[in-house]
This record gives sequence, C-alpha cells and structure tokens, in this order.
Amino acid sequence: MKKIGAEILIECLKEQGVTTVFGYPGGTVLDIYDALYRDGTIEHVITSHEQGAAHAADGWARVTGRTGVVIATSGPGATNLVTGIATAYMDSVPMVAITGNVGANFLGRDSFQEIDIFGVTLPITKHNYIVKDASELAGVVREAFRIANSGRRGPVLIDILKNVQSMEAEYEPQKPLPARRKSVPARELEQIAKALSAAERPLIMAGGGAIASEASKEVVALAEKLDAPVVSTLMGLGACPASHPLFMGMIGMHGTATAAKLCMESDCIIALGARFSDRVALNRGKFAQGKTVIQIDIDEAEIDKNVPTTYSVLGDLKEALTTLISMIRETKRPFSQKAKQYRAEEKAKDKAPELGHRVLIEAAKLAPKDAIVVTDVGQHQMWTAQYFPIEKPRTLCTSGGLGTMGYGLGAAIGAAKATGKHVILVTGDGCFNMNLNELSTAVTEELPITILLMNNHALGMVRQWQKLFYGRRFSQTNVRKKTDYVKFAESFGATGLVIEKDEDIVPALTTAFATNTPVVVDCRISNDENVLPMIGPGQTYDTIMTEWEDK
Amino acid sequence: MNQYTISALVSNKSGVLVRVAALFARRGYNIESLSVCKTENDALSRMTIVLNGDDYILGQMMKQMDKLVDVKKIQQVEEDAVCRELLLAKVKTDAATRSQILEISQIFRAKVVDVSPEATILELTGKSSKLDGFVTMLMPYGVMELARTGVTAIGRGKACIKDETDYKEKI
Repeated sequence: MKKIGAEILIECLKEQGVTTVFGYPGGTVLDIYDALYRDGTIEHVITSHEQGAAHAADGWARVTGRTGVVIATSGPGATNLVTGIATAYMDSVPMVAITGNVGANFLGRDSFQEIDIFGVTLPITKHNYIVKDASELAGVVREAFRIANSGRRGPVLIDILKNVQSMEAEYEPQKPLPARRKSVPARELEQIAKALSAAERPLIMAGGGAIASEASKEVVALAEKLDAPVVSTLMGLGACPASHPLFMGMIGMHGTATAAKLCMESDCIIALGARFSDRVALNRGKFAQGKTVIQIDIDEAEIDKNVPTTYSVLGDLKEALTTLISMIRETKRPFSQKAKQYRAEEKAKDKAPELGHRVLIEAAKLAPKDAIVVTDVGQHQMWTAQYFPIEKPRTLCTSGGLGTMGYGLGAAIGAAKATGKHVILVTGDGCFNMNLNELSTAVTEELPITILLMNNHALGMVRQWQKLFYGRRFSQTNVRKKTDYVKFAESFGATGLVIEKDEDIVPALTTAFATNTPVVVDCRISNDENVLPMIGPGQTYDTIMTEWEDK
Repeated sequence: MNQYTISALVSNKSGVLVRVAALFARRGYNIESLSVCKTENDALSRMTIVLNGDDYILGQMMKQMDKLVDVKKIQQVEEDAVCRELLLAKVKTDAATRSQILEISQIFRAKVVDVSPEATILELTGKSSKLDGFVTMLMPYGVMELARTGVTAIGRGKACIKDETDYKEKI
C-alpha cells in the first residue's frame, strides 16, 4: 500500500513494538509529528530539551533491555541529542535516534536549521543513515533497529529529509528480524573451563555485558560452581546480587578495598562482558601482570584491547556461560573464605563517615520494592555504587563510559515511564543544575521520582582531585549557588524536602517514597566529603587509599 | 614500526570512505596510503590501506573496521601478495638530460607518456619500493610534480577476500 514517509516511519516503529518515544517537535519533523498525532497509538513524551529526551530514551532502554527511541528536529534539535547519543554509545545502550533535516531542495545550502548530523554523529553511533528517498525508509528503519540490537548494542541515528516525510512510497508490513546471534565456539570454552578449574584463586569480574546479555543467573551460577568471589564494574552492578555472599563489591578507582586485594591476590581473572577501562584497570600494563586473564565478550575489538588475555572467546555471554558452567566441576576454594573475611572486615570498619553515605544507606533500606536507581556523575555516583546495594540487573542507570553530568533526570524519566516503578535519582548540585529543566517533564508526566540531591555547594569529585593533585587550589569548584531547592521544586509543581542532619533522613525519605510524584530532597552535605577508597589514575592496586591523606 | 597492508570490501555508497578515515583519525593511527576502487560486484568497493604501526595497532584497526556496518570483508594482505602502485612523475628535462632520463626510465621499465621541451611525464607501475627507487634516481634532474595512487593489492592463489567471514556474521 502507498503511504507517505512519515506514516511509513510510524508503521515501522510499531512493527518493532515501540510504544513510547521521547522527543521534541520542530520544523523539519512536522510531518512525523503529524503522523504520530493521526496514528495516536504511540505515546510521546515531550521533554524540556532534546538532551533530556535522549537521556530518557537511554534510561528507558537500560531498564527494559529494549531499544529506546528519540525524535528531534534538524539543526539545534539534532545537535542537542549528541551528548545523549554519545552516552548511549559509550555504555552500549540500544537506541534509535530520529532526526529531521531540511528538504533535498535546501540541503547543502546552509539553510535555516540545517546541520550535517550524519557527519556529527559518525563517531558516536554504531551506524547512521541519511534518508533521501521514501522508498528506502522502511528498510533503513528495520535495519537500524537490528543494528542497535545486534552484537554489542548501541545507538543508531536516522536523519530523514523533510521532503521524504511527505513523499509517497510503497509500504508492506514486515515482522521484525531477530537480532543476529551466533553460537559460541565450544572448543575455546573448553580451554577456558580447564584454566578456570586449574586456578586456585579465580576472581570473576562482571561488566555491563552481563546485564546486556541477561546473564545474571549464569554469572551467579559460575561463581557458585567455582566458589569464586565476584567483583563488578560500575556497569555490571546488579548482575550479581549485592547481597550474595560471594559478591565483593565494585572494582576500580573507587571500588572496595576487598576487590582491590582480591584482584592483587588472584591467580586468574575472568572478565564477563567487561572491557578493562582505565577506571577499572587503572594501570593497564600492571593490572593483571602474571595472572591468567580470561575474557568473554561480544565485541572482538575489546578482546586484548586494554589488557592482554590468556584465553578469550567471542560471543554472547549468556550462551557462553551456560556451556562453560556445564564444563566445570563444583569445587570449594579457600580463596572464597578469605574473600568473605576481607569483605566482613572492611564492612565492619566502614562507619559511613559522610552524611551522604548515611542518606544512601537509609534510602536503600526504605526504598519501595523494586525501585530503580539512577545516578548522575561524580561523588554521589560512586557513593551510590558503594552504599546502595543493587540486587537485580536493570535496576541501575548510570553514565559509566562517558560520565555525563546531567544524565540523571532524563534517564530517571525514561526509567519511570518504562517501568511505572519508583525511581530514586541520586544526583549532586552540579549535575542537577545541568538539566533540572526536566523536572517540569517529570511533574507533567506525574512520575514517581525521588531526587536525592547531594547538595555540597561544590563540584565534589573535581574538588577532590584538586585536593589530591592540585594543592587544594579549588579553581571553580566551590559553587556558591543561592538556589533554594525546596522553592524551586515547588515552583515546578514538585515537592521539596530538606535533609540537614541525621535525624532528618528517615522522615524525609519516608515522605518522599510515599509520594507518587516528583520529590526533590535537598540533602545539605558538607562540601568537603570524599569518595574513598581511591586508587589514583594510572596507579597500581597496591597504592589504594582507604583513609584520606592530604598530598 | 612496521608497515602493514589491509584489503577490505566495503559497501559502494557515499559516506563509507569518511567512516573508515574517521576511524583511523579517532584512534590516532596513521594511514600511509589508501586506495579505493570499484570491483566485479557493483555493490562493493575495494579499499587497500597501508598502515604504519605494530601488531597491536594492526589488530585493533582490523577489528574496529570489521565492526563498521559498511565493511563487509577484511583481510591483512600477506607478504607474498601482489602489491602494485602507479606513479606519474613530471621531470624537468632539457636537451642535455633527456637521454639520461630516458635511460633511467628504460632500466625501470617506465613509460614516457608526455614529452615537451622542458618536461617529461613518466609512468611506472610496480611495488612501492621500486617506485621509491625510481623517484630517487629522478630527483637530481628535478621532479616538478609527482602523483602516486597508493598501493593496491591482491593475494596469490585461488583464495579470495570474499571468502573471509565478516565479524558481524560471527556473533
């Protein structure tokens, strides 16, 4: 049947099971918005800014495991998506971004709101398209969803010229093709099974790939069979329940001291969908020196990229682990006892010295069942990783790779929209100020979002680095904003609460969690709180700092 | 620092070259030469890339390129493969030097493609090292302009690049 381009786009989105899109209308997507309006079956969430929409699509995708969709107009609309797309790219989040562009007649003439978004997003997408004929559109949209979802996932951008949106073409409905998936070579897995069985002190390192591949059950099963402690990267939190006796916390720059010790003492590290980033490996040359390193990853280019492996296998983690587990005999290892002892000692010693820590500890206790945790980037993000136990996969959204300040509120909106569950956004005053315009979106959509605003009147993480590495010269990090966040929240139609001291924590959180609309909790913490432990950038694990030392 | 040659079959459409070039630029790798041409299949172009680096850079580049949707097949060109490059050189010539230049050309089996009173254009095909040698010999006479196509290569025997497995098919 004949349809115009905009209608074909909507039909193709429906083919893919898209029920919600995030976006912002404008001149070159008028036809798409008109088709959305006439169709009426896809819910559209309008944000305050396209960046918020992109982060919302990202949050939506992280909690559902499905592809998030965002729509923006040409020019500034499209460029405003860039940070959101890059965030999704760095964290392998499936996303399809749809932008309009000027019509063919105006293309290449520096027309109003014309920008080469294809060129701009080239290095931050898995693939991108510019559609110049309506007859190509359906094929492009279907392929875009397949690419976003195949292998290592990621964002795909489709730039559609305005004249294509009203151009007629033939459309025939099609069932979506399944994401490509090939079986994992058994021979390589046998070698890995042998190496693991021979290891005395194996350590499992779960990464974001464990979540993406829905392999949490298998990660736990492998850990139990090997009797091996599990550490997790920031992106892997939730793959192994935080309460599991073999779980030893996060590894890396701000990982647990236990994780650091185990990493040094282990004789074999198996990375499950983790890429040994500089925030994990720190000194990539020395990180695993002399150890057997095993890596299972879906991205061939990640294997041997940062840390050379002894054994590796390319493929889907869930499938690889299912086979691998069947090849391993259950064994008890003294190393796991040692690990548990380290962890217990570390926990006993940890007095949660900062008010921010104690807010998070209570929040975890009082949180509504199955609440989703979203963070921004910085000290509060690390505290969340340390003090808020993540029990299930897809219940934490955080910008790990790109470290996008301002990610949180948009992502919280997406996560709340997708699940209907209570969302706890942990943010700082620096991050919150970047995209707080989206509070109006959360209010309009009546979303159950509690915003724990760790307000230290500082850019805490940068300030911490200035303390450590720049002689306490606090250049531009003591931010003395006069904002009254309670009034701010109220003026946007949200609720505002304050935590100033320990006694405020429980009442404020109880009220916030009982409220089904946005609540901003202004947690007024000291500007001098730290994130510890810490291993300096490029340093080795033995240099871990567990108590603050001024340098 | 070693030199490696990579062959790739890529989609024959706009934007592919910029994707590959951008990939090299972003990862900070150096392209020594790059040539792109049509193939027996209208849907595919062939790229030959000469790269300076080490085994790590070669491995990363091949894997990263293989991930591009438009890169269909990729292989490292083996040492014994047929690698050729075409050179055009405009050399300053006068009555005194013409015979010497022609003599050098004969030794290298270069073709004279244009002659004028003050310049000669020479064409030579061969391995890059042969072309380098030719240029060295011409230098004393004054090379006014030089154009080289970059290496293009094809493996020996019946094995073909199209038989390689695409990474995207492996996962």
